[in-house]
Amino acid sequence: MKGRQMRYAAPATVDEARTLLSDNPGSQVFAGATDLVPQIRAGRPSPSMVVDLKRIDRLTAVLHEGGQWTIGAATPTADLTRNAEFTAMFPGLSEAAGLIGSDQIQNRSSLGGNLANASPAADSVPALIANAGQAVIASGDGTRTVPAAEIATGPGRTSLADGEFIIEFTLDDPPAGTGDAYLRMIPRTEMDIAIAGAAVRLTIADGTVSDATVVLGAVAPTVVVVTDAEAALVGAALDGGRFDDATLDAVAAAASAACDPIDDKRGTVAYRRQVAGVLAKRAATVAAERAQNGA
Amino acid sequence: MTVTEDRPNYKWVGTRPIRPDGYDKVVGKARFAADLNLPGQLHAAILRSPHGHARVLSIDTTAAEAMPGVKAVVTSADFPELDASNPERDVAENLMARGVVLYVGHALAAVAASTKAEAAAAVAAIEVEYELLPVVLSLDESMAEGAPLVNEHNVTMFVESDGPSNLATVNALERGDVDAAFEAADLVVEREFETAWVHQGYIEPHACVVDVGLDGKADIWASSQGHFRVRSQTAAVLGWDTARVKVTPAEIGGGFGGKTTIYLEPVAVRLSEKSGRPVKIVMSREEVLRATGPAPASKARVRIAATNDGELTAIEGWLGYAVGCTNDMAGFIGAMSVASYKFPNLKLEATASLTNTPKSAAYRAPSAPQAAFAIESVIDEIAQQLDMDPIELRLKNAVVEGDPTAMGMPHPRIGFVECLEAIRESDHYRSPVPEGAARGIGTGFWFNIGEQSSATVNLNEDGTATVITGSPDIGGSRASMALMAAEELGIDVHRITPVVADTESVGFTDVTEGSRATFATGMAVVNACRELIDELKARAATILGVDADAVDWLDGEAVADGKDPLSLAAITAKAKGTGGPLTVTASLNAGGAGPSFAVHCCDLAVDEETGQVTILGYTAAQDAGTAIHPSYVEGQMQGGTVQGIGWALNEEYIYDDEGSMENASFLDYRVPVASDLPMIGTIIVEVPNPAHPYGVRGVGETGIVPPMATIANAISRATSVRMTSLPMSPPKILAALDDR
Repeated sequence: MKGRQMRYAAPATVDEARTLLSDNPGSQVFAGATDLVPQIRAGRPSPSMVVDLKRIDRLTAVLHEGGQWTIGAATPTADLTRNAEFTAMFPGLSEAAGLIGSDQIQNRSSLGGNLANASPAADSVPALIANAGQAVIASGDGTRTVPAAEIATGPGRTSLADGEFIIEFTLDDPPAGTGDAYLRMIPRTEMDIAIAGAAVRLTIADGTVSDATVVLGAVAPTVVVVTDAEAALVGAALDGGRFDDATLDAVAAAASAACDPIDDKRGTVAYRRQVAGVLAKRAATVAAERAQNGA
Repeated sequence: MTVTEDRPNYKWVGTRPIRPDGYDKVVGKARFAADLNLPGQLHAAILRSPHGHARVLSIDTTAAEAMPGVKAVVTSADFPELDASNPERDVAENLMARGVVLYVGHALAAVAASTKAEAAAAVAAIEVEYELLPVVLSLDESMAEGAPLVNEHNVTMFVESDGPSNLATVNALERGDVDAAFEAADLVVEREFETAWVHQGYIEPHACVVDVGLDGKADIWASSQGHFRVRSQTAAVLGWDTARVKVTPAEIGGGFGGKTTIYLEPVAVRLSEKSGRPVKIVMSREEVLRATGPAPASKARVRIAATNDGELTAIEGWLGYAVGCTNDMAGFIGAMSVASYKFPNLKLEATASLTNTPKSAAYRAPSAPQAAFAIESVIDEIAQQLDMDPIELRLKNAVVEGDPTAMGMPHPRIGFVECLEAIRESDHYRSPVPEGAARGIGTGFWFNIGEQSSATVNLNEDGTATVITGSPDIGGSRASMALMAAEELGIDVHRITPVVADTESVGFTDVTEGSRATFATGMAVVNACRELIDELKARAATILGVDADAVDWLDGEAVADGKDPLSLAAITAKAKGTGGPLTVTASLNAGGAGPSFAVHCCDLAVDEETGQVTILGYTAAQDAGTAIHPSYVEGQMQGGTVQGIGWALNEEYIYDDEGSMENASFLDYRVPVASDLPMIGTIIVEVPNPAHPYGVRGVGETGIVPPMATIANAISRATSVRMTSLPMSPPKILAALDDR
C-alpha cells in the first residue's frame, strides 16, 4: 500500500499562504506543530497539506510602536518570555506563555497556535483575553480583526472559516497602575495540562480598583470571563496593598460559580470548581501587587 | 557516607570511575533494542483486545494477509498449546491470547509487513468475533462471593484446590498470642489502606529484532533484565530446544522488574519463520502501559498494639493484592516482607486475587511497598499518639541479627539500627523543620537474592583483562564488575574491559532481579579472578624457577623471596610458553544474599487550598553492605525514592468501566518530572554482608519501599489528616482536608 501522502508547504508571505490554502482543500496551517504532530500520531487523519506559517516574517515579528504591541501569531512563546520589555508590561501573559509544555516546546509553541487549537486548557489564552488581545485574521483577500475571545467556540472548534488564519495579535499598552497575573493548577510542576487556570488583570488608582478582568481556563468548553468576580473587584479598596478577605472570598465564590467543568481523568468537577476559585483570588492578589508596584 | 564497621583498605572498591558505557549513553550512541536494524527487516504490529474480557469466537486474517506489504500473520494457532504443568503457560497466553482475551490490550494476532504503516493497516483489517464476558476490575469484586471467573485456568496456590478460582494465593503467618497481646495493650491503632496500580515507567519501551536462520535457529536482539530468561521463556513458548535460541542483550533503558519477563520475542520468531525475513517489534508507550507491567493494586488492614513506653507488642494484618489476569506470588511475598520490627506476637494473612487487567510484573521490591505503606503509617500514628520521636520508637523495636522475620527465620547481620541512627544523626534530621512544612519518617526493607551467575575473565597478552558476564548492565554493573576485578587482580580498573555477553558466549546467568547482579555475578567475577591468581602464581613460579607455593600475589605482582617481582603483564606476555592462554570461568549458585534496610526523611509542604504537596527536602539512608561504586549505589537509592514519590503522589491507572486504561500516556500517567523534586540526599550505610567477599548487599530495590509512608507521615504532621489511599493526589488531599 502506498501510504497517504501529506504534503508540506512553507510560504514566505501571507498572500502565498492564502493561495495555498484556497488551492488545496483539506490543507491546514500550523505554527509550532506542538499540537498537530501529537494529534496525527494519536490517529487523527493527516491533512492533505500542512502549511508552515513560521517562514512568513510577519507571523514571527514582535513590534512595539505607538503604544501598541503587534505579535506575529506564530512567534515562538520563548521569544515573548525572553522579551524583557514585553514581560515587564504583561508579566501574567508572559508567565502564561512560559507554562506551555516545556522549554523545548516553547521554542516552537505560539500564541496563535495555542488559541486556534481551541483547547479549553490552553495556558496563554486566559491572559491574552484578560489583556484584551485582538486577533488580525487573514480572510479572503483581506483581513478582519476580532477580539481574541471570539476565536475559540468549543473544544477543538473555532470561528475561523476555511482558509482563514491568524496573522498577528495586537495588545494596547496597559494604562498606568495595571498589573496582570496567570496561575494554573497541575499536579506536577511542568509538562502537564491545566486542570484549572485563572488570569486576572487589574487597574488600580488611588488604592481602589478601577478596572478588572477575570478569565478562567480549563473549567468550561471555552474560557470563561467571570463578570461577577470583576464586579466584586471594581471599586474594591486595598488596605496595606491587599484586598480584604471578603473581597477575595467573593472573587473565589464568583469564579467557582462560573465554572462549567467536566469530570475526566485530569480532574473532577468538584475539584476544578474549588481550585478555580482559589486560583482566581490568588491571581487577583498577585495582579494587585503588580499594579501597585508599577508593573 | 557512614562506615559502621572496620573495612579493609581497598584500592579500587569504593572509588568512582566513570562507567564504561556512560559516554555512549549520554551522547546517544549506545545501542538499545529499537536501534538495531537488519537488511530486509520487516516491521510488526500487534492486534490488541478492545475488551476487558471476552471469548474469541473467530479470528479472520484473510483480508489482512492480502494487504500490500504483508508478509506474515500469526495468532495463537501458530504456537503450541502449553499444558497446565508448564511454568511458562501464563507467559505464553499473555503474549498471544488463546480463545479468551483477559484484559484490554491483550495481544491476539500479529502482522509483519514491509513498513510499520502497512503492518498497522493490516492489523486493523483483522476481523475478530467476540462474546463479551463479565469484567472484574477490583480486588473487592474479584474476591466477592459468586464473582465471575477472571481466568478459567487459574487455581489457588498453597491451598487444596477444588477447581478454578479468582484467588491466586492465600497464606497466613502467625507467632505468639496476638489476642492476648491486644487485650493487654496500652494503645491500639488500626487503619485500612489502599494503593493503585502503578507502572514501572521505564523510559525504553519493549523492543526486539529477531532473525530465524535457515538452520532453524533464532537470533534475538532484545532489551531485558536477563537474556538467558528471554531465551528460556522464548524456547518454552515455542516448544523449542533451548539451544535453538540465541539472545544478544541490547542496552537496557530501565526495567525495575518489568523486564524480567517477555512479551514480544516468540511472536517475532514465528513471524520471522513464516516470512523468512528479520522482524522487528517496538512497542508504543500506549502498548507499554496497556499490556506490560504494572505492580499490583492493593488493600490492607493493619492493627498494631503498643505499650505506653513504645514497645510494639503485636501486629495483626490482612494484605490483599490485585494481581491482574494470571497467578502471581504478590500476596505471599507481601506477607514475607513484614520483617522490620520484633513484634513478639504476629498474625498476618495475605491474599492475591485476579482481575481483568494486565498480568502484573515485578516492580522494585515487589509487594513490599504496599505493605510498608500500611505498617509504617500505623507505626507513625503510634509515635504521634505516644508523642515519641518516630526514630526513637523504631529504634526501640527494630530487628537486629537473630531476630525473626515474619516467616520465622532469623535475620542475618543487618543494618536497620545503623540506618535509623544515620538519619537521626544526619544534618537533615538535626535541622529545624522549615517554616510551613512538616517532616516525615519511613523505613523499608528488601530481602535480596543470590541465584546463578557465571563469569569468564580473560587475561590478554598485554596484561589487560576482559571480564565477561551475563548480567545486563541496568544500574552500573559493568563498572562494579571491573572494580571488583581490579581489586582482586591488582591492576588499574581502566585496563579492564567489562563485557555483557550473549547467551552463547558466557555461562548461564539468572535474570537480574532481587538486586542480585553486583552480589552474585560480582562473586562469580571474584571467584574467577582468584582462580586466575592461583594460575598466575604457578606461571610465575615456572618463569622464576621456584616452587609454586613460594610465590605470593601482592598488589598485581608475583613476589618470591630473592627474586624481582613479576607484574601481571610480564606473566601474560609469557603465557604461550608457560601453558597457554590465561582464562578462567567461574559459575555459582550464590547463597547468603544480605537484606538491605533503608530509612527515609522527608520535609514537605501542603497547599491546603489546592491539596498540592511540595517536597522540600528528602534524605535516604540505606545499608549497601559495601558500596562497590558509591555513585551507582546513590543512583539506585535516588531512583527508587523518586519512583516511590511518584507512587505516593500522582501515579495511578485510571480504568473505565470496561477495563480500558484512560490515561495510557506519560501526559496523564504522571511520573514525577525533575522540577517536582529536590535533590534527593543520600547516606550510604555500610554494614558488610558476611556472605560476600567484599560485603555487598543488593541496593536496587529497597529505596522504593519507604517513600509512600514517609510522605503520608509528613502530610499527617502537616495537616493532622491521615492519608490512607494512594496516590495522595491533590483532589484526594483536598477532599480529606475538607472532611477534617
